[in-house]
Formats: sequence, structure tokens, C-alpha cells
Amino acid sequence: MQAEQAEASGRPVPAIELRGISKAFGPVQANRDISLTVMPGTIHGIIGENGAGKSTLMSILYGFYRADAGEIFIRGRKTEIHSSLDAIRAGIGMVFQHFKLVPNFTVLENVILGAEDGPLLRPSLAKARGLLRQLAEEYELQVDPDALVEELSVGHQQRVEILKALYREADILILDEPTGVLTPAEADHLFRILKGLKEQGKTIILITHKLREIMAITDTVSVMRRGEMVATVQTAETTPEQLAELMVGRKVLLRVEKTPARPGEVVLEVENLRVTDEDGVERLKGITFELRAGEILGIAGVAGNGQSELLEVLGGITKGEGEVRLAGVPLALSGKGADGQSRRAFGIAHVPEDRQKLGLIMDFFAWENMIFGYHHDPAYQKNALMMDNTAIRRDAEEKMHRYDVRPPNAALQAKAFSGGNQQKIVLAREMSRKPALLLVGQPTRGVDIGAIEFIHQQIIALRDQGAAILLVSVELDEIMSLSDRIAVMFDGRIMGERLPGETDERELGLLMAGVAGEAA
Amino acid sequence: MGRLPKWADVALIPLINLALALIVSGLVVLYIGENPIEAVAIMVNGAIGSTYGWGYTLYYATNFIFTGLAVAVAFHARLFNIGGEGQAGLGGLGVALVCLFIPWPHWTLALPAAILAGALFGAALAAVPAWLQAKRGSHIVITTIMFNFIASALLVYLLVNVLKKPGQMSPETARFPEGARLPSAHDMASWVGLDFSKSAPLNITFFIAILACVAVWFLIWRTRLGYQIRAFGHSEPAAVYAGINPVKITMVTMLISGALAGLMGINSVMGEAERLVIDSVQGAGFVGIAVALMGRSHPAGVFLAALLFGMLYQGGGELEFEKPAVSREMILVIQGLVILFTGALDNMVRMPLEGLFLRLRGGAR
Repeated sequence: MQAEQAEASGRPVPAIELRGISKAFGPVQANRDISLTVMPGTIHGIIGENGAGKSTLMSILYGFYRADAGEIFIRGRKTEIHSSLDAIRAGIGMVFQHFKLVPNFTVLENVILGAEDGPLLRPSLAKARGLLRQLAEEYELQVDPDALVEELSVGHQQRVEILKALYREADILILDEPTGVLTPAEADHLFRILKGLKEQGKTIILITHKLREIMAITDTVSVMRRGEMVATVQTAETTPEQLAELMVGRKVLLRVEKTPARPGEVVLEVENLRVTDEDGVERLKGITFELRAGEILGIAGVAGNGQSELLEVLGGITKGEGEVRLAGVPLALSGKGADGQSRRAFGIAHVPEDRQKLGLIMDFFAWENMIFGYHHDPAYQKNALMMDNTAIRRDAEEKMHRYDVRPPNAALQAKAFSGGNQQKIVLAREMSRKPALLLVGQPTRGVDIGAIEFIHQQIIALRDQGAAILLVSVELDEIMSLSDRIAVMFDGRIMGERLPGETDERELGLLMAGVAGEAA
Repeated sequence: MGRLPKWADVALIPLINLALALIVSGLVVLYIGENPIEAVAIMVNGAIGSTYGWGYTLYYATNFIFTGLAVAVAFHARLFNIGGEGQAGLGGLGVALVCLFIPWPHWTLALPAAILAGALFGAALAAVPAWLQAKRGSHIVITTIMFNFIASALLVYLLVNVLKKPGQMSPETARFPEGARLPSAHDMASWVGLDFSKSAPLNITFFIAILACVAVWFLIWRTRLGYQIRAFGHSEPAAVYAGINPVKITMVTMLISGALAGLMGINSVMGEAERLVIDSVQGAGFVGIAVALMGRSHPAGVFLAALLFGMLYQGGGELEFEKPAVSREMILVIQGLVILFTGALDNMVRMPLEGLFLRLRGGAR
């Protein structure tokens, strides 16, 4: 009825229309009266900070959650979506941030999984093989159908996810943070695929927190903030600054302001550092670099190329071989002295990449977390037996104020804080002791834009106080704007070193993909 | 912030669990043709209706406090110590050796030595599984279970071949000399001019058990070691990041756990039997697991749960005595139901209750 009206009036029918969607989890209102119209054949971006409700909204659309209130219209027809099966039937496909593939199945087997035509596999496989060949030609979605998924690169695995959706005849495709794990080149390729799909009339919803991607590829963009849809604008008519302001609710500095570094003495010398993991795979294959006081060395690279191992071996978590000196004194890389306590005694602070798994005990109170790793400090002991919990609490509250942790309540468990504030707790603990060397991994992963600004300022302030900072991040923007020098890692090696002013994303992207530049 | 108010978490849920267990037990009693109300009355009266009943209830509770604390401490480091049975047995051996072979002039001297010996022997048995877990990754659940059998076999061997009193048939040691006799509840009550049943086995060890509860609370929440144990228990990778040595924490925690189980020997061997007999532990090591689960690994909870199980043991014994239709096995079924509902089926009550509280709070808004 409605569809007919729309067609009669000559306007295209929206591919998806959400009206008044609300969803609460207990006292938390994740989505509040959200209305969204996505036109067919467009790429529609949805941006917002973490916890803004983007994922909840998409989960409702894909049938993982049921909305408390509101209606969903697919191609003008009111649709009840109770499960992902309903969503698939309605022509919706979803590519998750964390792929849902069976690693030891082939591409073909993954594609037909759950969508087999009958009890025998062979006819389905033959059909899928034909379709895959056709899709590969049409959309640059080339993947070897007989390769095992676990042997594919991340970019190719993502293509398998897209193929799975297309095989199920999805014409509305939702992608959740699709570029988080990709190299710049892989991301470009993905964008070409998405544009090709759009030209064939598919509708694409892209969830991301990267403004650059929104500007590069979307036609329309909707901004979410605290569970509400605050604006929907044509991408061509907006700017990154305006979008950032809409997301955060206030003006945000997108560029990091910093003065040139004034490097001092060499603090950290790393020579031919090697790490072999439990399975006997060499993760660091001879790393050599120097780091001076008062400078930030950024390590760029696609996740999984040895950056994590570098941080962990320097932080005393894993064992290694080679030579590492701090202010001329050799550090133990295995056996006695190769542990977190000894590293802290040397003045090495470590903000780990995965704060929830390593940096914090999620069930501990904030005040307990604020001494984590420094629990031997005499200032925290009342006497030979007892810890001085009063002093620890007072100290924690003071640090939480100084580092703008919200709420500044030390009696809350770590898990009660948002990602950004959890990160601020870790930063407060590690940075407030004026370390000689700060190891910091993914400082702003899963952190709101407002907090990113603050965290970047703190890191630069610590540099200006003379600390040497080793920064590992998969966010190229972050590496480019914070670092005084950039080293690119690929496959356990440093591919080259560049100065941020003398390089660009293209060149770094090539190094990240393992294409060696001129000798660095 | 938890999803439940604290009082509901620590009091309401265990009570509902207990009520459910008793209702199901009541149905069982009904099925065999007895009156469940009457059965409950007999159990309660038997457990707390006289100083004799109290004497047994608290005696059992003392055993369960030690084994419950042992499981609870290990649990804070996410180590599941199933070996309380063996550790308590070996602790009893340590206590017996100290009492038999040293001529103590007075119990005040014998008691500290017995505490030391019981703790040492219990810890020694826990040390091997701990080392295997820490260094070799052998699962501590499996190894501690197997060590129960080793301890049991060792005790049988020693009692039959080495420690048995000459000229006697039953495999037990000679009675401990007078200097190693602990004051019973009857003795202690008479010091302050009160009357307490003479035949109940309750003795001074009960107060040591209370002290142990306080000490464990202090250890876990007030000391650096406790902090490290809890951190390790919540997340081993995070503990390694913080420079906490997993091998050391695993070893130390299990030694403390084994020592606590070993202390049970003071109560059962020195306080009650005054000799070492075959199977002096009588399943208290396993009850300790249920006690720790029900007490949520908190010393106060362990104390209350131990008290409850003490009542079940004593009341159950009385019921068996009064009602021949209720067999020994039936008592075990009732105890098993309590363990099932309070320990294993916790979430069955917890989840609907959380939903209820959420709705109540939402409504109040």
C-alpha cells in the first residue's frame, strides 16, 4: 500500500526505514526513538562514539535483539525481524567486525554453510563455485574457492564474509567497522568492492568511527550520540569537523598540537631482538632501533606483525633473545629479572594494547587497579603485613581527578567504566610515576573522540617532560600525528624508518604490506 | 555495581536455594511414607535442641570450616582444590605423630605444635599437585583428586603396619597421653560455671576455626599476598603483566589451602578421637567444597555454610536414629540435594531474581 503510493508519486521506496526504535538494557537506554531512512543503491554511513548505540541498532536490524518499541520497514513493507534468519530472508547481510568463519573449512564450504540446498553437499558446492566465479569478476571479489580460510589474509577473509552475504542473495549489506584490521591498500580495495556493489543497485550500511572513511565513500551519513540519532546529512554537504562536533556534542580538535621534539640522551637501545612464541614460530626476527629521551617513536603496521610481541618482551611479559639496554644497562630478556616487576624497577611503564585482558582486573575496584603492578611500593604498605588501603584509595582518587576519569569514584569496579575511562585509569597509573620509558599500545582503541584528544595531550606532555615513548598503534592517523619518528613493522621485522613530515600514508601503506622501500 | 543488592546476593539467594532443597527433600520423605514436617522437627531438635546437639553440630561445623576455608582460599586464585579429604587426612597424621611421640606436659604446649604439624602435613600433600600445576600444567582438579587416594593408601599402610598399637586388632594408634588432651566444651563450660553435655565432641578447636576465618579474611583482603592471589585468580595474563609470578602464587596459595585442610586434624584426631583411626576425615574434605561454594568463598559465608552443614549432619544422624524408615542413604540424599541446590544450581535462582530486581528498580524510577 505504502509502497504503491511511493511508486505512484515517483519517489523511490527506501531500502530500510526505521521508525521510533527504542531499546533499553536494564537502566541503560541504548537506543532512544531512532528513525532512519536508507535509500536503495546508496552507501549510508553511521558514525558515533563507542557506546553511542550503533551496534545495538544494527543488531536489532539483524535480529539479534528485539526493539522495545518501533517499526522496521524493508523496501516499504513492514517487517518483523525476530532472528538473523528473518533478516537473511528479508535480504539483509551482515559482515561483522570479528569474522564468523570456520577456519579449517575451505572458502566454498564456508560460503554454503547453513545455506545448503539439500542433504548432499556436492550440488550446493558446484552451484556456489559458479556463483563465486561470477561475483569475483563483477566486483573484484577474487578469492580461491578451495583455499582454507585460516590460510587467507584478513582482507581475503573479509571478502569471504561479503561473498557469504551475496550468496544468500542479500541486497542490503551492513558492515561493522570493516577496516579496523586492514592495511590501507586492503581498505582501498574494499572500498572499490563496495562502490561496485552500489553500482549494481545494492544498498550498503557502513558503521565506523573513522571520519576519513565516511568522507571517502558514503553518500549519506547519520550521526548517533548517546543512543539518539542526532543528524542525517549528505556527505557532500558536510565536513569532518562538523561530523566530529555532532558526534561529541562540542568542538573537537582533530589535529594534535605539539611542538617539535627535543631528543636527549639515548634511553632505549634494542639490538637484534628476537621472540619465538610457544608454537616455535619466530614473531620478532631481529629488531634493532634506538629511542631517545623526549621523543615518540611510532611503530606502524597491520595488527599481528610483531608489534604486540615487541611491547610484551620489553614489558617483561614474554621472553626473548638479543640485547636491550636501558640508559646503558642491559635488561634481562629471559630467566631472572625478565618480569614486569623488574621492568618497573627500571622505570619502564607499560600501557598494554589490551587493557581489559592485561592492564586491568575488571572485577577489581578502581583503587585496587590504580596500584596494579606497583603493589610493592612502600607507600602503599601500612606495616609488614597490611596494605594501607586508605592511602591507596586517596592516591587513586587524586590520580583519577588529575587524569579526568569519569566518574572519579575509586570505589567502582573497573568494568563499570567506559572504554575511554578504563584507558585513563591505566594511563594515570602508568604515566603519573614519570617513567623513563613508556611503552604504549593502541592508546585510543575503543576510546571516544573526546577522550582521544585528552590521551594524546597527556602522551605529548609526558614526552615534553623528557620521557622516551614507544607508541604502537594500528591507527595510521594516530601514528602520523603523534610520532616524531615512524618505524614500520612487517612480519617481525622493521621495514624502514621515516619522518612523519617526509612520508605519506601511501608510502607507509606499502611498507606495512611488506613492500620494501629504499634502504632506511 | 552488581545487578543484585548485596543483601540479596549474600543472604536471599542462599536462603531460597536452601528452601528449595528442603522442599524437594520433603517430597522424598513424603514418598517413603514419613511426615516431612515431623522429620524437619526431629532434625532441627536433634541439631540445636540440646547442648548435646549443639556439641555435635558445632564439632562438625569446625571440620567443615577448615576444609571450606581451604577450598575458598584456593578458589580466590581460581585453583580448584579437590584434595581437602587427603590433606585433612594427612594433617591428622601430623597431629597424631606430634601427640604420640612427644610427652607433652600440658595441652597449651601440645596445641601449637599440633597446629604446626597438621598445617605442615596438609601443605606437604598439596605441594606436589601445586608444583605440577604451576610448572607442568597438569590440571590441579585431577591431581588433587588422585592425591586423595595416595593419602588414603598411605594412612592405611601406616596404621596397619607401623602405628597400630601392639596387641590390638583394629587399625588405630594408641590413645594420646593426657598431656595432649584438648579441653572439651564440657571442660570449658565448667570453667565459667556453665553446664554442657559431657559426651559431645565439641572442643577448643572451634575457636581456632573462628580465628582461621578471621585470618583468611585478613589474608585475602588486607595483605599484598591476598591482593596478588585475587589478581591472579581474576586474570592470569594481567597478573603476568603486573609482574606477579604465577608459579609462586600457585604454590603459595595451594600450600595455604593444604595447611588449612590439614588443621582439621586437630579437631577430629586430637580433639575428638584422641587417637588416629582409619578415615578420620569422613568426607569432610568433600563437604568443604560445597561449603566454600555456598559461602561464596568468603570466610563469613564459609562459617555460616559450615554451621548449616553441621546441623544437617547432626540432625540427619538423629533422624536416622528416630525414624528407621529413613535410612543412612536417605540422609545422604538430603545432604546431596542441599549441595546441588546451593552449589550447582545457583544460577537457576539467580537469573530470574536478577530480572525481578531489574524490573523492580525500573518500576521505582
